[in-house]
This record gives sequence, structure tokens and C-alpha cells, in this order.
Amino acid sequence: MMEVNGGMAIDTATAPPPAAGVVDGPVGLTGPAAESGPAPGPTAAPDGSQAAGAAKLEVRGLGLYYGDFRAVRDATLDIRANAITAIIGPSGCGKSTFLRSINRMHELAPGARVEGTIHLDGIDIYGPDVDPVDLRRVVGMVFQRPNPFPTMSIYDNVAAGLRLAGRHSRAELDEVVERSLRQAALWDEVKDKLRAGGTSLSGGQQQRLCIARALAVDPEIILMDEPASALDPIATLRIEELMFELRGTYTIVIVTHNMQQASRVSDFTAFFSMDEDRAGYLVEHGPTPGIFTNPREQLTEDYISGRFG
Amino acid sequence: MSGLARPVAGPIVRPPIAERLAGRRERRRTVDRAWRGLALGATIVAVVPLAAVLLFVAVKGAGALNPDLLTKPPKALGVGGGALNSILGSAQMVALGALLAVPAGILAGVYVAEFAGAQAARVVRFASDVMVGIPSILVGIFVYTILVLPFKQFNAFAGSVALAIIMVPVIARTTEEMLRLVGRELREGSLALGLPTWRTVVSVVIPTGLTGILSGVMLALARAAGETAPLLFTALGSRLVNVGDFGKPMDALPVFIYNGARQPIAALNEQAWGAALLLVLLVLGINVAVRARSWARRAG
Amino acid sequence: MTALSRANLLLARRGPRRADRAFVAGTRISGSLLVATLAAIALQLTISSWPAWVAFGADLMTKTIWDPVREVYGALPFIVGTLASSAIALVLAAPIGILAAIYLAEFAPRRAAPVLTFVIELLAAIPSVVIGLWGLFILAPALQTTVYAWLIGALGWIPIFRGPSFGVGLLTAGIILAIMILPTIVSISREVIAAVPDSQREAMLGLGATRWEAVRKVVLPYARSGIVGAIILGLGRALGETMAVTMVIGNGQDIPTSVFDPAQTIASKIAVTFNEASGGLQTQSLIGIGLILLVMTLLLNVVARLLVGRVTRGPGR
Repeated sequence: MMEVNGGMAIDTATAPPPAAGVVDGPVGLTGPAAESGPAPGPTAAPDGSQAAGAAKLEVRGLGLYYGDFRAVRDATLDIRANAITAIIGPSGCGKSTFLRSINRMHELAPGARVEGTIHLDGIDIYGPDVDPVDLRRVVGMVFQRPNPFPTMSIYDNVAAGLRLAGRHSRAELDEVVERSLRQAALWDEVKDKLRAGGTSLSGGQQQRLCIARALAVDPEIILMDEPASALDPIATLRIEELMFELRGTYTIVIVTHNMQQASRVSDFTAFFSMDEDRAGYLVEHGPTPGIFTNPREQLTEDYISGRFG
Repeated sequence: MSGLARPVAGPIVRPPIAERLAGRRERRRTVDRAWRGLALGATIVAVVPLAAVLLFVAVKGAGALNPDLLTKPPKALGVGGGALNSILGSAQMVALGALLAVPAGILAGVYVAEFAGAQAARVVRFASDVMVGIPSILVGIFVYTILVLPFKQFNAFAGSVALAIIMVPVIARTTEEMLRLVGRELREGSLALGLPTWRTVVSVVIPTGLTGILSGVMLALARAAGETAPLLFTALGSRLVNVGDFGKPMDALPVFIYNGARQPIAALNEQAWGAALLLVLLVLGINVAVRARSWARRAG
Repeated sequence: MTALSRANLLLARRGPRRADRAFVAGTRISGSLLVATLAAIALQLTISSWPAWVAFGADLMTKTIWDPVREVYGALPFIVGTLASSAIALVLAAPIGILAAIYLAEFAPRRAAPVLTFVIELLAAIPSVVIGLWGLFILAPALQTTVYAWLIGALGWIPIFRGPSFGVGLLTAGIILAIMILPTIVSISREVIAAVPDSQREAMLGLGATRWEAVRKVVLPYARSGIVGAIILGLGRALGETMAVTMVIGNGQDIPTSVFDPAQTIASKIAVTFNEASGGLQTQSLIGIGLILLVMTLLLNVVARLLVGRVTRGPGR
């Protein structure tokens, strides 16, 4: 259940020891999920804190379809809590599709279908008791191209998620907006122009605004779909620094086609590839240093060193 | 509830996941479903009038559709007879109007799409957009002042001109859109071969966009066939069958319907329904044929 | 034969240069003719109505008596009828139209959406006189015995709902107009809503919004100016609608005080009276109010085009 691959240095000073055997919610909520495959284990302490290294997300036999076309075949892996996991692989091998299945955005596409299970802290996110709308507050997303709302101010952009949840008190919004903008390392640059339009910022700033917006609703997992691919190198660097800062607090899953970025930034890496009928599949995954210096699969080695079959 | 007392760094205290996923959002979910239901209802409401109009036209019109309606002119006295004068009149005036409007409209469309400078194109495009939206009764008044008043004679030629004025902007607009769609790919290829622009247009672009242009013409014809107001002050209408004399008044299907509806005589009202069925079959037939084809092309 | 090979063949034939210039000149003439016609219409209406303006000035628009015997013409009742019937049409058609557009663009099943859109747009192709026929013989009597009877019973004490109703009248004209401008509003609104980038919807949904919340908070504000443009275009169409309105508005002479009163619009007055006017001052006055109608629809059209054009270029104001 909680496998720690050799060679991974976890900073145990900040992580309380995992409390095994403690469930953080009524068992009944896992419902039918309890019957599927190996019972996903509880991994959180009663106070909600989690050890870096505990499995936050457990993906088992995941198959993702658009109509009859299978985009992702039979993916099985664990995503560790409070760490950065990078998903790498060539174009079209289902990385983004896989990412979007974690916050149930995949099912918004026409004809979309999901097989297999994903458990978040032991709860099947595709179970009948889970409303995708609720899930998306717990699992946030940052998209490839920055997409702040142009008809809203910077302040309103960050507060948008909170207002959805019915929080309208000025004091509360002010505090959360400031906190989120500080977390996104944007506060100092915009604190004097919170009323300015969301699109009045540079590309890199817009992306950090989108990150602040995602942070404001207090998610536990943040999904990032190539967050820096539309940005210049300096802005990219700032996004990467930001990811480091957020890492201890949030579980981050990032899709990137930039291998150097993956090796710089992530703690774990998962490599996807594509088979003959264009279905993506997970080739291998594990701690980042291992994947990049000593991969188990030849395909991985080829991709990392720039060779293609 | 969540996110309030959390410091930026340090140990995180969060409510357990199960609680956050438990879905305490009944109200938001109900609001979502309610609005989506309203939106569906509005769509149904938007579709109902079409169904209602078509239903009654079909039912009441079928009752009045007999061979007499199609082959006899109205009786000079009393009721009976048919709408032959209107059917022939509509056919002639729409045909003459098309003869005037189709070349003028296509050429104007070609001008905007191919030869006009940016400023000129803007002006012509603006003028045709505005003219599409002009109340047709005003077009009728305009043609009255220049083609009826000076001769003190209502005449079918004026009616045809009024219909032509209504058709030209429609044809010009669809022609321009078609050419812009087609021209882009072909233009570059043929220009790279050294062909002058006008040659490209006439021999390559127009033939390729011909179906689209023809569709625009058909839609314009359908519109002209259904117009009443511009004919009221130009061709006026007539109970006599008029074939070929454009210097005299001529009837038309829409005018026949209007007049028939206004009489307090049931038999005449019925004839109006019959004529309405004819007109609707013609106009909708053209519209469905044209639009269905472009829908299929877009979807396929 | 491909386009390029066709082009190749043409290169070999070299036609006279004069044909080229003539062709281009021909298109230029057509374009100019179009613009000239528009100008001519505006000019001719002004010239033909001039004597009426000289005779009455602004009274043509503000006085209420239209008397061919005494040769005094005031068109206020018709102006009020035009504005009132169009206002009723907008109040009914705008909410329904926008909601329907939202359904078609956001929630309708993929296969059904194009079909439904097609059907609604088909309504716009039905000739006005046919809708008038249906309105006169079917809708008006039906409304009179059901909805109007109820309204008069329940709200008849309020002046604008004072009965009796004859079936035809201001409200019926407004309802018919609403039916006729609905396709315009639905069609254009649907297009501008569909043009809102998906990334915006995704961003809102990613924050945990319901589908409706995403529409309300992000899509509609983004498409706002386009939707307003659609409504204005609908208004323009309502103002100029003639035949259907003429047949159901009841041919009233006075300013309507109740929605059930017979009334008259500028367009319907012209339609009904023009041919009986003997060509003198009355005709000129009719042309004069036609000119007013022209100015109104021209202005609305310009404003609407500006707004709708803007949406395809960027988010709403």
C-alpha cells in the first residue's frame, strides 16, 4: 500500500508519521468501491495531515475513451501526497486525458467513457456518492494557456471559486484573495491594482493568477496541464519555483512535454507512450532520479535520450 | 468552513476529504437543474409557433386546395374561381426581379470580395447589411415615387423592380461570403502561377463557389416570393389574369392572401388559406432544400 | 480537373485586356449601384415628404389627429403603437430567445442542437402575410377566449388591462411580433454564445461550478455585447414588420390605453392608407412617417452591427 521506492529522500522532519489503520470518514461512503480490486487503504491522519510519500491517489486499471476510441489503456499507479508527480511522454499518448480524468473533466467531452477506478484518500471519485462539482473543488486545475476571466477584475478572478461556494463576506474574501495571491507569488505585483481587469497582466502573471484562483478554493490536489508551455523562459522559471513552494502543502500532478522541466521539478515521474492503435499506456513510473538515470524499460530510455522507434 | 484559519506554511489542517465530497450543495444543484429546465422549456416555446402555423396552414389550406384554385382567376362578381392571376403574377414578377437582381447582386458581391479596396468594401458591405434590414414597405414607397407616380399608373414592372431591390443585397452578401470562403485556397495557388486576379475569379473561384452562390439566389427568390408590402403600391394587384403586360397592375400570391383575409366572406378566407399553403410549400421547400444541403456539408 | 490544372490551362489562353477592365468596372458599378440605391431611398423619401414637414413640422410626430378631410395629420398614435408593440415583443421574445439560445449552445444533445436550430430559423422564412393570416383567424380568437378573458377577469381593474378585447389589438400584435423576431434573437445569440472559448468554461468548471453557474458567471458576460446586438436586431425587425402586424393590430385610430385596444403602427398605417390617399398632403405625410421609420431602423441596424461584430473579436463590454 504505502510503498516507498528505494533511494527517495523524504524530508521526515515536516511530515508526521503516517497513522495506519485510521479512516477519515464514514466507511459507508466508499460504497461499491470497496468491492473493486484491492481495498484502497486509508492514508490520512484524523487531523487531515498526510505524510509526503503516502498515496493520495490510487489509479487502478484506468481506461479512458472518446466514444469508441480508447485514449488511455489500463493505467495503474499511485500518486503520492504532497509531492510533485510529472507525467511525460510523446504527443497524443493520453497524458492530458489522463490528467483530466482525475478531476472528472474528461467526462465533459462528447462520448467520453471511463473504466477502472481512481481512489482519492480511499474514496472512489467515480462512485455514485461523489458529485463531480464537489470533486473539482478538492482537485484544482491549471490549464495550458492562461485563461483568466476577462470580464472580471484580478480580485474577482481569485474570488470566483469562493463566491461559487456562497462565501460573500468581504472580510473573508479579502483575506483569502491576499493569501492566494501571496501563495502564487503574485501579491506584490498586483496588490495595488486588484480592480484591474484579469487580462491586463503579462502571460506569466496571468498564469500565476490562474494558480491563485485555483488555490483560493483550498484544493488538496492541483493538476497542471503543461502550465508553462505558453510562457517565456523567465516566466516558466517562476512557475517552477512556485511549484516547489506549493509542494509541501499540495499534491501536484503536472503534465509536461518538457523532459528537463520534469527532471528539475518533480519527485515522481510517470512515462506514457502510445501503442499501435493509438491508445496511450503507462510504460513505467517511479521516483524521478531513478527514471531519468536508470529506467527499467527500453522505451523509457529511448524517449529520454531522444530516440524514437 | 475550509480555508479560513490556515497559515501559508506549516502543518495543514483540513476537513477530511469525505466530508468535502459529501455534497452539501443541494441548493446549487436544484438551481442548476431548474435553470436548465427553463432553458429547455424556452426552446420548446420557440419551436411551437412554427409547428402551429404549419399545422393550420396545412389543414385549412388542404381543404381549399382544388383544381379551380390553381387554374381559374377570381370571379368578377361573387365568390368562386381561383388564384390563377396571382400564381402567374408572382411567377412573372419574381422572374423579372431576379433577372435584374441576380447579375447585379453577384457582381456587387464579387466586387466586395475581390476588387474593392478596404474602405470601399466596408462601405458597400455596410450598405448591403443595412438594406437587408430596411422595412420592405419603404422600398415599396420608394419605387412608387419613381416608377408609378410619374406615369400615374400602377404597373408590374415597378413591382418587379421593388422585388429586385429587396433581392440584390441578399444575393450580394451570400456571394461575397461564398467567394471569401472559396477564394482563399484557390487564389494563392493560381496567383502563384501568374494568373491575373480577374481570371482567377471568373474561371476558377466563381465556378467553385457556384453552389453556394446559387443557394443564396434561391433564398433571395424565396424571400421575394413572400413579400407583400412592396407590391401593394407598385403592382397593386388585379383580379384579371395578366400575362406579359408589365405596364399594367398584376396580382401576386401574397397580395391574394392579404386581400382574401380581409374580406368578411368565408369562401374568400378559405381561398386565402389555400393560397397560403401554396406559398408556404414554395418558400419552405426552397429554404429546406438550400439550408439542409449546407447543414449537411457543414456537419459532414 | 483540379483548380490548379484548370488555372494552368487558362494561362495558355491570353484574352483581350479590355475584357479584364470591363469586368472589373462592371463589378465596381454594381457595388456603387447598391450604395446609390440606399442613398436614393433615403433621399427620395425625404424629398417626397418635404411638403408635409413644411406644413406640420414636428406636429406630424406629436399630434394625435389624422384627418384627411381637414387635411391635418398627426401620427403620434402610430408612433406609440409602433413603440408599444415592439416593446411587448421584446419583453416576450428576449428572455425566451436568450434562454433557448443558451440551451441550444450549451445543453442540447449534440445531435439535436442543429436540428432544433434549423427548425427555429425556418420560422423566419415564413412570409409575414401567412403569419398574419394565422394570427388573425387562429391565434387572436384563441387568445381572446382564453388568455385575454382570464387577464381581463383577473387584472382588468388596472388601466392597461382594461377590457373588452376583440382578439385583435395591441397585445396580439406584440405577441405576433415576438413570434417573428424570436428566430433572429435565438440564432444570433446562439452563435455568439457558442463563440465563447471553451477555455473559459473549463476554467469555471475546474473551480467547481455547476454547468448553469459557468454559463451565468462567465459565458453570458463574455457574450453580453453580442446578445444585446441580437436583441437590437430583433427590435429593428419588429419595428419594420408590416403585413402580420396590419392584420392583427385592429386598425385603431387613437393612442391605445389598454393592451387590448385596437392600435396602429407606422408600417400598418401606411399599408392600410397609402392607396386611398389621393396623392396630396396625406400621401406626403404618410411618406413622412415612413421616413421616421427608416431613420429608426437605420440607427438600430448600425448599433446592432457594431455590437455583434465586436463579440467575434473579444469579450463583452
